[in-house]
Amino acid sequence: MGKTLILLLCAASCALDGAAPAVFAIRDARIVTVSGPVLERGTVLIRDGLIQEVGASVAVPPDAWVIEGKGLTVYPGLIDALSTLGIAEAAATTTITTRGGGRTPALPSIPSTPAMPSETPGPPGLPSIITTTGPPAQGPEDRPSNTSWVRAADLISPTDRRLESARSAGFTTAVTFPPRGIFAGQGAVINLAGEKAGQMVIASPAGLYLTVSSGGFSSFPSSLFGVMAYIRQVFLDSEHYVLAKQAYQNQPAGTRRPAYDRALEGVLDAPRLLIPAVRAVELDRMVRFAAELKRKAVLYGGHEAYRVTDLLKKSGTPLLVSLRWPERSRDADPEDQEPLRMLELRERAPSTPGALVKAGVPFAFYTEGVSTSRELQRAIKRALDAGLSSADALRAFTLSPAEIYGVADRLGSVDKGKIANLVVTSGELFQEKTQVRYVFIDGLKYEPLPETPEEVTR
Amino acid sequence: MKSLWLVILAAAPLVAGPPTVIQNAKVLTVTKGRFDGSIVIRDGKIVEAGERVLVPQDARIIDAGGQYVMPGIIDPHSHIAAESTNEGSISVSSMVSIKDVLNPEDIAIYRALAGGVTTALIMHGSANSIGGVCTAVKMRWGKDASGIQLDGAKSVLKMALGENPKRRGGSTPFGVSATPARYPATRMGVEDVIREAFIEALAYQKTWRDYQAKLKRGEKPVPPRRDLKLDPLVEVLEGRMLVHAHCYRADEILMLLRLADEFHFNIKALIHVLEGYKVAKEIAEHHSSATTFSDWWAYKMEAIDAIPYNAALMMRKGVLVSLNSDSAELMRHLNQEAAKVIKYGGVSEDEALAMITINPAKQMDVDNRVGSIEPGKDADLVIYDKHPLSNYAKVQKVLIDGELYFDRDREVSQRTDKESRKKALLEKAREQQKRQGPPAGMTRRPS
Repeated sequence: MGKTLILLLCAASCALDGAAPAVFAIRDARIVTVSGPVLERGTVLIRDGLIQEVGASVAVPPDAWVIEGKGLTVYPGLIDALSTLGIAEAAATTTITTRGGGRTPALPSIPSTPAMPSETPGPPGLPSIITTTGPPAQGPEDRPSNTSWVRAADLISPTDRRLESARSAGFTTAVTFPPRGIFAGQGAVINLAGEKAGQMVIASPAGLYLTVSSGGFSSFPSSLFGVMAYIRQVFLDSEHYVLAKQAYQNQPAGTRRPAYDRALEGVLDAPRLLIPAVRAVELDRMVRFAAELKRKAVLYGGHEAYRVTDLLKKSGTPLLVSLRWPERSRDADPEDQEPLRMLELRERAPSTPGALVKAGVPFAFYTEGVSTSRELQRAIKRALDAGLSSADALRAFTLSPAEIYGVADRLGSVDKGKIANLVVTSGELFQEKTQVRYVFIDGLKYEPLPETPEEVTR
Repeated sequence: MKSLWLVILAAAPLVAGPPTVIQNAKVLTVTKGRFDGSIVIRDGKIVEAGERVLVPQDARIIDAGGQYVMPGIIDPHSHIAAESTNEGSISVSSMVSIKDVLNPEDIAIYRALAGGVTTALIMHGSANSIGGVCTAVKMRWGKDASGIQLDGAKSVLKMALGENPKRRGGSTPFGVSATPARYPATRMGVEDVIREAFIEALAYQKTWRDYQAKLKRGEKPVPPRRDLKLDPLVEVLEGRMLVHAHCYRADEILMLLRLADEFHFNIKALIHVLEGYKVAKEIAEHHSSATTFSDWWAYKMEAIDAIPYNAALMMRKGVLVSLNSDSAELMRHLNQEAAKVIKYGGVSEDEALAMITINPAKQMDVDNRVGSIEPGKDADLVIYDKHPLSNYAKVQKVLIDGELYFDRDREVSQRTDKESRKKALLEKAREQQKRQGPPAGMTRRPS
């Protein structure tokens, strides 16, 4: 009886998918599995959203939609390891930025106009009822700039227009986060296509996104050390919260009830913390800070990591490296004398990925808005020129982020049983002339947008 | 004798290199007078100093060539090497700590070295009545954030009185500030804020003591919530953290000394304290001390009654006096500031030098480590080509823990190399930009 019901349900859902075929065979293509050796000529069989078979001699079943793979290469779908993709309201104003704090001119600085907390809305995409309104915060107890309980999985929408352009560049997956606040919220690993938002989510929560942006002069915290003290206090409070709740649970009668605190609930839910660190000084600082917080941490930014690979290796902290390499600001004063150190950072930042490989530090790339194929190729080329192998570059976009977020059992390589997220290209990925031909997400085929979107939209 | 050696071996740092001897120097020890002779350094410490010393065979020799050697200058009030200064949003911000935001790559460290400074207290700013926790560092240029800290030094809590803490927000000379007014707005309010904070700290201290007592009785209570704002205040109450307080006027100085009496803690140092000469006797009676400017005043109303005799007058009333910079620039010539105290106040050379070496060390409770040239102390030494109290004296070499951190000849010889590296990098960046067009992310963004 139960079996019949399941069969019926399956039939119904298959029917809902309409004309889209559920079975694909990419035949006689070059297959870069990432997890194992490259198959110079092989077939990938996709069924019901999963990779059913991969190999040199896979029989193509009669119900499969066949793609002749001659001259094509199949890669695992690319993963943007830190983004706001899918959160449509974030598109207009926000990309994830590497707010490292400090005074490095190349980095976005703390806003000079005080953001009045009473006007500060919650993260974009939140229902208006969830806002962080009120008078200026007087301390950590007011939980300023804290939406740790907000889950990206609840905010995403398949209608975000950026999804299509990301797919066109070969991305099938992103780890996406609520973009604002010191405790911005919980990320989710999502697929960049789906009929409904719920179908896009692969894993949630993926980690708590922390920034060190402060809110101006009038509201706590207004400085980097204020932010750090605040974060430290919240983590101490979360430990105390657990003890207090436990004590209450054991004996509610006669015990004072601990107040429910959504900010602490969010912190306790987080499987890992994402902490900003761009310069060597920040990487050193945040490795120590993460150890103090006693939580698994992933640092993001990482441009000056080439100087502190030993430190990262020793601490075992993975790194997300931004592909927006530091550059002189376009409207910088031409008379401005920049320090030698800044010039060296700009010159050597792209050598970071190569240095991390050499030292054995796990890392993944994130685009920080460098999203079109052309921009991406250019940014990656700088890392390749500075000593990164193209195989390692690919890994930093596929299996490595999957491992960092604990989803390598379902994503990140072309292997049997994994989610059918693939990118099929006309040649070597990240090469200038190479074109993305198809992208498969959950086993469904998408074709990229034409390359000149400006002309299309104007 | 044998056991003594064992003790010395145990105390030696991990990197035991050959000893260093500075020879042929005019040594200004600050605490033990002046002599022409040598200083022997082993494992970062001064082991011998005198006219005749035993030079170990394997010693590295630095010939001072008849130049002057003095202990490294100590600046008890600086804001360099940190990426935050103020948490000015609230009136009590003792939860913040300079240690969290040290920037060992701040070029101001190297420049301070070039001015003979080897140790500084990196302070929270004076925006609020009770500021953050300050950290002592050595100018170990090239080391990381942990490497520049003066290990073992007590932390210092910053307090501030007067115009700075009472002027935040509300209406300003330029109109109504965008930030809402923050309590306090008067000197009375500042006093109230500090008193309220310590009353809160006492209650907090009691909850922890009660908890400890319950544990001792074998009960299993839930521990109290740790409060990072109140922890430092309890440390102050228990004498484990020092207090340095920014102040100007005589009335507010007396207020703070009495307030500290009320809670049984000590104000280790009064900072700026430009009217200190009016209440020097009271400062001395309270076992407080003063760190001031030589002749910097009239930059605001509360600094209007300052005189260049302040340091000398306070000193003569028995107050321990030091000079501080509060500025990355002034920090580079504190020796000249000391000389000004001789010019105005007629203090002796040793007394003037003490104001930038051993006296600030005492105010930071690190005078057992630094501040004078004596066996057993850290080998933090500055070689000047002329007498350091001369306007014409230039720093030639600076050693910290016996290691050479600044060498004028080396610095000068490296300049052309650095200049050409910089030029090459600029050229390369320009080329790259030309080749690539506008920077990534700026073009062809789908709308």
